[in-house]
Amino acid sequence: MNPKETNPDTMSIFSPGLAARFDALVNKYPVKRSALIPMLLYAQDEIGYLSDAVIDEIAERLSITPLEVRNVATYYSMLRFKPAGKFNVQVCTNISCMLRGGYELLERFQDELGIGHKGVTPDGVFSLEEVECIGVCCWAPAIQVNYAFHDELTPNDVPRILDQYRTQVQK
Amino acid sequence: MPRLVSHPDEVKIVTRRFGQGAANIDRYIELGGYEAAKKCLAQGPDWIITEMKASNLRGRGGAGFPAGLKWSFVPKQSSKPKYVLVNGDESEPGTCKDHLIFLHDPHAVIEGTIIAGLAIGAKVGFIYLRGEYRYLLEIVEKAVADAYTKGFLGKSIFGSETEFQVITQTGAGAYEVGEESALMESLEGKRGVPRIKPPFPAVVGLYGGPTVINNAETIATVPHVITMGAAAYAAVGSERNGGTRLFGLSGHIERPGVYELPMGYNLKKMIYEVGGGVRGGRKLKAVVPGGSSTPVLLPEEIENLGMDFDQVGKAGSMLGSGGVVVIDDQTCIVEFALRTISFYQHESCGWCIPCREGTDWLKKTLTRFHAGFGVAKDIDNIRYLAENMMGRTFCPLGDAAAMPTLGFVKKFRKEFEDHLDGKPCPFAKHVEMAVV
Repeated sequence: MNPKETNPDTMSIFSPGLAARFDALVNKYPVKRSALIPMLLYAQDEIGYLSDAVIDEIAERLSITPLEVRNVATYYSMLRFKPAGKFNVQVCTNISCMLRGGYELLERFQDELGIGHKGVTPDGVFSLEEVECIGVCCWAPAIQVNYAFHDELTPNDVPRILDQYRTQVQK
Repeated sequence: MPRLVSHPDEVKIVTRRFGQGAANIDRYIELGGYEAAKKCLAQGPDWIITEMKASNLRGRGGAGFPAGLKWSFVPKQSSKPKYVLVNGDESEPGTCKDHLIFLHDPHAVIEGTIIAGLAIGAKVGFIYLRGEYRYLLEIVEKAVADAYTKGFLGKSIFGSETEFQVITQTGAGAYEVGEESALMESLEGKRGVPRIKPPFPAVVGLYGGPTVINNAETIATVPHVITMGAAAYAAVGSERNGGTRLFGLSGHIERPGVYELPMGYNLKKMIYEVGGGVRGGRKLKAVVPGGSSTPVLLPEEIENLGMDFDQVGKAGSMLGSGGVVVIDDQTCIVEFALRTISFYQHESCGWCIPCREGTDWLKKTLTRFHAGFGVAKDIDNIRYLAENMMGRTFCPLGDAAAMPTLGFVKKFRKEFEDHLDGKPCPFAKHVEMAVV
C-alpha cells in the first residue's frame, strides 16, 4: 500500500501501527497538543517528510489548524518539508568534531556521493547534511545516518559506511 | 558505540553502574537500584529537601544553581498540578555526558525523577530527550515500561498510597529547547521560544503549574546522594560544590572520553594526566572549559584552576556543562571563533532581536575576517556587538554566543590582527563554512 493514500480501515494516511501509536500518543499527556512534536517526527520517519497530507491529518488528530502545525514544524531543524534520501547522512562539523577532522569527513562524503549540503543522490538512496552538534563529542568526528551513530571516523571509513547502507537497499 | 574510558583518579558515583547492564531493571535492582526512592518515600519531602541542600549538588546543565534550593522554591500548596521535568536535550557543543547516562543507567534518571516528585509533591514527571537521541529514547522508554511493570511507577508506587507517573518526550532538533522555559514551550507542542522571567518555573512552569526542571545528570545524581548520604556526597567535592562531575574531554586530546572526577579537580591535571595530554604531543593553545558557550582559557590560566563552579567563575569563565574542549597550537582561533558563532547564529530562535541580529552580524563579520577581508575596526566592532547582546535577551542564548566571542577577541587579539590586510592565515586553513 502506498502510505500516502488514506487507508479506508483506519481513515489515516499512516500505517495501522503508526495510526494506533498516534491514538495512544494524544492521550498520553495532560494536554493533547503536547503530542505534536513526537507525532511530526514519527510521521516523517514513516512518510519521509512532512507532506500537506501529513500536516492535515496531524492537525485534525490534535484539533488544531494545519497552520498551527506548520508554525511549530518550521521551528525544528530535524523536520523537513520535502523528501530526503532513504539514508540521511548527517555529518557534525561543530567544534569537537571540527578539531578531529569533521570537515575532512564531510568533504569525503561530498566526493563519494557527488552531492553537497542538503543534496539528495539521483537514485534517492542518500542525502547529505552538515549538522550541528549531535552529542557524541568525546567520540569525534561522528555522523548520524538517520538515527544511527557512527563515531571515531576517518575519511577512509566513508566508503565502508556507504556500502553498508547500499547493501540494505539491495536486500 | 560510545567508548567508555577510565582513569585511577576517577571517583565513580554517577558512573558506578556504567557498562554493567543496568539498563535492565533487574540488574539495576541487583546493583542497589530503587532503594533510594523507597527511602525517600518513607522519609518524606522535608527530609529529602534537607538532604539535597546539604549535598551541595549544583545544577549540571551549566548554571550551577543548588538543586535542593531550587526544589525548596516550589510552593507546598498549589491549585495547579506540579511537575518534574528532566532536561535531556543535551545540545551544548562539547557535551555528551547525558548520552552515556541514558545509555548505561536510564533507571537512575527515572529514580531521580521519582525522588524529585516526592520532594515537591508532583504526581507526574517528564523526561525530555533531544530528537537525535532516538536510540536512547527507546532505551529510556523500555526502562519506564519496566518500572511500571514492577509497580515502581503508577497509581501506588512501591505499594504505597503515592502516585507517580513518568512520561517520555522527544524533541526534533533545537539547541534553544535546552533552555528551561523554551523546553516547556516545546513540551506543550509549541515553537521552542523562551518565556520571560519572572515568574520562574518553580512557581509558573509547565502547563502553568509549579515545575522543577533539572538537567539529566543532576537527576541521575540524586539517588546516589540519598544512598551515600548528603554529607558523604558533599565531602567528595570542593567547597559549596558537592560531589563529582562528568567531565567530557574532547578535541585535541590524547584520550578523549567522559571521566567522573571530583568537583574542584585541577584542569591542567585533567588534560595532561587523565586525558593523556594534547594529541600527538603538540602544545596546548587554549581550552574551552565547559561547553562552547564558556569563555576560552589560556594555558597559563589553567595551572592552578580547580574545576568547580566558583573557581572557574573566578577565572573569568564558567564550568558550564563540563565539556572540556582542548585546542592545540596548530589551530586557527579565528576559525574556531567563527565555527562557534556559526552554531549560535544557526540556533538563535529569533525571538529576541539582540540575539537574532547579534549572532548574525557576528557571524558575518567573522566570516569576512576569516576570509582575509577584515578591517582593523572589525575587532572592536565584534566586541561592541557582543557586549551589547549581553543581558538583553529573554534567555541566556545571547550571552552564550557573546561570551565566548568576547573571550576569543580579548585573549587572541594578536591572532585576529594577524589576519588583517589580506595577510594569509598563519594556519592556512581558510575555507568557507557551509552551515547556513
